[in-house]
Amino acid sequence: MKQVLIALLVTGALYSLPVQSTEVANIENVNNGGVASLRGITELDTTRKADPMKRVEKDRSPIDRDYVYQPPLIPHQTRHYEVSLNANKCLSCHSWKYAGEMGATKISVTHYQSREGQVLSDVSPRRYFCLQCHVTQADAAPLVENEFKRVDSLR
Amino acid sequence: MKLTRRALIKANAAASAAALAGVNLSVSATNLIASSDETKIKWDKAPCRFCGTGCSVLVGTQDGRVVATQGDPEAPVNKGLNCVKGYFLSKIMYGKDRLTTPLLRMKNGQYDKDGDFAPVSWDQAFDVMADKWKAALKAKGATSVGMFGSGQWTVMEGYAASKLMKAGFRSNNIDPNARHCMASAVGGFMRTFGIDEPMGCYDDFEHADAFVLWGSNMAEMHPILWTRLTDRRLSHPHVRVSVLSTFKHRSFELADNEIVFTPQTDLAIANYIANYIIETDAVNWEFVNKHTHFKRATTDIGYGLRNEHPMQKAAANPNSGKMHPMTFEEYKASVAEYSVEKVSQLSGVSEEKLITLAKLYADPKTKVMSLWTMGMNQHTRGVWMNSLVYNIHLLVGKISQPGNSPFSLTGQPSACGTAREVGTFSHRLPADLVVTKKEHRDIAEKIWKLPEGTIPAKPGFHAVEQHRRLKDGDMNAYWVMCNNNMQAAPNLMEEGLPGYRNPENFIVCSDPYPTVTAQAADLILPTAMWVEKEGAYGNAERRTQAWYQQVKPIEGAKSDLWQLLEFSKRFNIEDVWPEDLLASMPEYRGKTVYDVLYRNQQVDAFPLSEAQELNDDARDQGFYVQKGLFEEYAAFGRGHGHDLAPYDRYHQERGLRWPVVNGKETQWRFAEGSDPYVEKGTGFQFYGKPDNKANIIFAPYEQPPEVPNEEYDLWLCTGRVLEHWHSGTMTRRVPELYRAVPDALCYIHPEDAAKRNLRRGDEVLIESVRGEVRCRVETRGRNRPPEGLVFVPWFDARVLINKVTLDATDPLSKQTDFKKCAVKISKV
Repeated sequence: MKQVLIALLVTGALYSLPVQSTEVANIENVNNGGVASLRGITELDTTRKADPMKRVEKDRSPIDRDYVYQPPLIPHQTRHYEVSLNANKCLSCHSWKYAGEMGATKISVTHYQSREGQVLSDVSPRRYFCLQCHVTQADAAPLVENEFKRVDSLR
Repeated sequence: MKLTRRALIKANAAASAAALAGVNLSVSATNLIASSDETKIKWDKAPCRFCGTGCSVLVGTQDGRVVATQGDPEAPVNKGLNCVKGYFLSKIMYGKDRLTTPLLRMKNGQYDKDGDFAPVSWDQAFDVMADKWKAALKAKGATSVGMFGSGQWTVMEGYAASKLMKAGFRSNNIDPNARHCMASAVGGFMRTFGIDEPMGCYDDFEHADAFVLWGSNMAEMHPILWTRLTDRRLSHPHVRVSVLSTFKHRSFELADNEIVFTPQTDLAIANYIANYIIETDAVNWEFVNKHTHFKRATTDIGYGLRNEHPMQKAAANPNSGKMHPMTFEEYKASVAEYSVEKVSQLSGVSEEKLITLAKLYADPKTKVMSLWTMGMNQHTRGVWMNSLVYNIHLLVGKISQPGNSPFSLTGQPSACGTAREVGTFSHRLPADLVVTKKEHRDIAEKIWKLPEGTIPAKPGFHAVEQHRRLKDGDMNAYWVMCNNNMQAAPNLMEEGLPGYRNPENFIVCSDPYPTVTAQAADLILPTAMWVEKEGAYGNAERRTQAWYQQVKPIEGAKSDLWQLLEFSKRFNIEDVWPEDLLASMPEYRGKTVYDVLYRNQQVDAFPLSEAQELNDDARDQGFYVQKGLFEEYAAFGRGHGHDLAPYDRYHQERGLRWPVVNGKETQWRFAEGSDPYVEKGTGFQFYGKPDNKANIIFAPYEQPPEVPNEEYDLWLCTGRVLEHWHSGTMTRRVPELYRAVPDALCYIHPEDAAKRNLRRGDEVLIESVRGEVRCRVETRGRNRPPEGLVFVPWFDARVLINKVTLDATDPLSKQTDFKKCAVKISKV
């Protein structure tokens, strides 16, 4: 029954790893009733073995977007890239000045507008911290499939 | 009229989308976006589902599904920007394991606490649930039922829930998860100003000369406000940013003054700054004399642990919030012991950095915005700490003016709107009223058309107390809605889990997805979310924002509002009210709780025809239920400093900041010329207090309850990350966000790692005396703790870090300190 229900609940969902437990504490009555969360079906009082450390994907071609205003994902590692009061390493490749030379994706024109909508001669300071919107991707299979569908014209 | 307005709003949303795309469209030309009906996207506005910043987004729908989202260029909060979570809102509703049917633990076709979950109908679910509630009420009375709600509830949901609990079941055992994040802020506001929520607004970001972060990692947790702060700092070179924290994080990237202090010593730092202001004769005497009183807090108040805990017993004045008047001279003497030498030694911060920080506040020409969130609120002296920062601003009169702004940020999208303003706390009623005051209960009972004495006077169980009472078997029927508290609450192993699994208890969990809380519950109710329903949220700057339903809920799921109202139909008023109460309003005899609370000619005052065509909640009730609930709720605050605009107006605006008087929002409260409640010629009036004066409240440094020792030799601080919202139930189902931050890691100083023979990526066991988790260590990256402290985020259901945390709270606010406990770490 339990197994059937799990299958029912997570049909098609890809829970990445088999459950491995080490130690069970002593709380009465703990039983997830066959429902899987993002934890999988490991009981809540079980000390779960850590998942493997994921690696950020190394250089690859740009990752497709699902809708027009989705910020591009970062298709490379960013270790040691300083973005601070003193320097912005991202702009040294992605700014309009360097993008062509570096073969990098040029940052969007939207980034050259002030909060009030005025077009600026350089990247707006409000867009300075790139990692607030653009994120790297690890080599990890999704925990659960996502059924978002693109519009036809982007399929 | 309504249709015209609606058409206009839709056109505006489309025009905004076009403007963002760089296309200049006239309103009549919106169809240019799409060439035919098949490819047309319908755009409408909604506030973001995540944090308390309250960004507005444009939601694109097609064929009943969300196909795109983008930052709303018309919104004053975010002007077209979103953070990475916000940009991926389009995917949060589409995780494959959305719940589509109620699930009940069963054995042999019957409910059984030890059973496995099996699908049941909504009718069966509510039957079992109502039986359990009625049995508990009969056996032990109203304190045996409870509810744990949310700062992510819509305003109307929170209001309906609060009314159901406090007036229907006559139980004050309703508390929101905002107790974990905002309660200390509320306590600080009430003690210092007598009225809740910030006096300033986000416009302060464009006016301040200095920003001081007192325990807030805005770069990750309020990213869009961080863009406004960054914009100001980088465009105006004179602006200075100070960041205080117990470890370095992303906000330090912009810091001019980096301050890493020993946990708990922020109390001493704040008192040092007050001392510096007095010593350097920087007190704004005109302001202080005219607008403030000096008070001192009662000290040695314990740590919000169970009453029998030795530390509670050892406290001289456990849980006492009593304040005593003091003179300025006495105040001066009290802060005098916080010299720069002493505080530097205690906090581990150099004297030079402390002086630099104090000068910002003391210099009359520097406009200072102080900002804080969980570092200050999740603190066993959080209420004190909030007031200590207000003290500084009040001493120099830097308050309620553009750029001079002590600003308590909120974590959740409607922590202010729903939890605080609606008053879904165990001691509160709408508009800052409290259950303990007879005159406040009278007001609520009158507005609700209920007999005198309906609302109980004793505060109910707060968040942490609820888990203790479940464990002790005092509270037996419990509904958790719109949050994941088994993952979020402290001390899971000793309190939360034993409480839920106590055989005496029946636990209901409403959620769109199967969560850790659902796994511990007995009945799971599938819930509609975000733009699958109409609602309103209130953000951190008092901005109320409403949205329309934009898609049908996933088949089988129902909104929290529908669940609350349908459940209330299962009770006759005789089931929940005693005879003497009924006798005073005999016209309610024979009616259901639903009839009495929601068919009172107020909640049901607006016909279905006023609602949008797509509004499942209104259609299910047969009237415009969201508007009715909102308008009845708004009656509490209108004319009393909490004025809200008429409900319909919020659908035309990107939100309005209350009080909204004569159709106009308020930017700076308490200031003449900006706040309509302030009388001419007064300059400022802190009208939350009877004599219009704010309190400067002295409180000392006191030790935290648990400090590292020889065995448990490290501080543990928990918190959030940019890419995941709270417990990750939505964002970890978005593949891009999951891959951005797949697992919770233990951030540790390289020296501490080396001492334990650990390398980056090694698996460790993190143990406290309460529980343990296993995860991997990170020795570099965005968080850089000092030696002696580790940081572990709590978003990961696989790394339930709250097995380790301590359930000590601020004794006044009852908010947990998730930032400090003692752990040991060993290689697995």
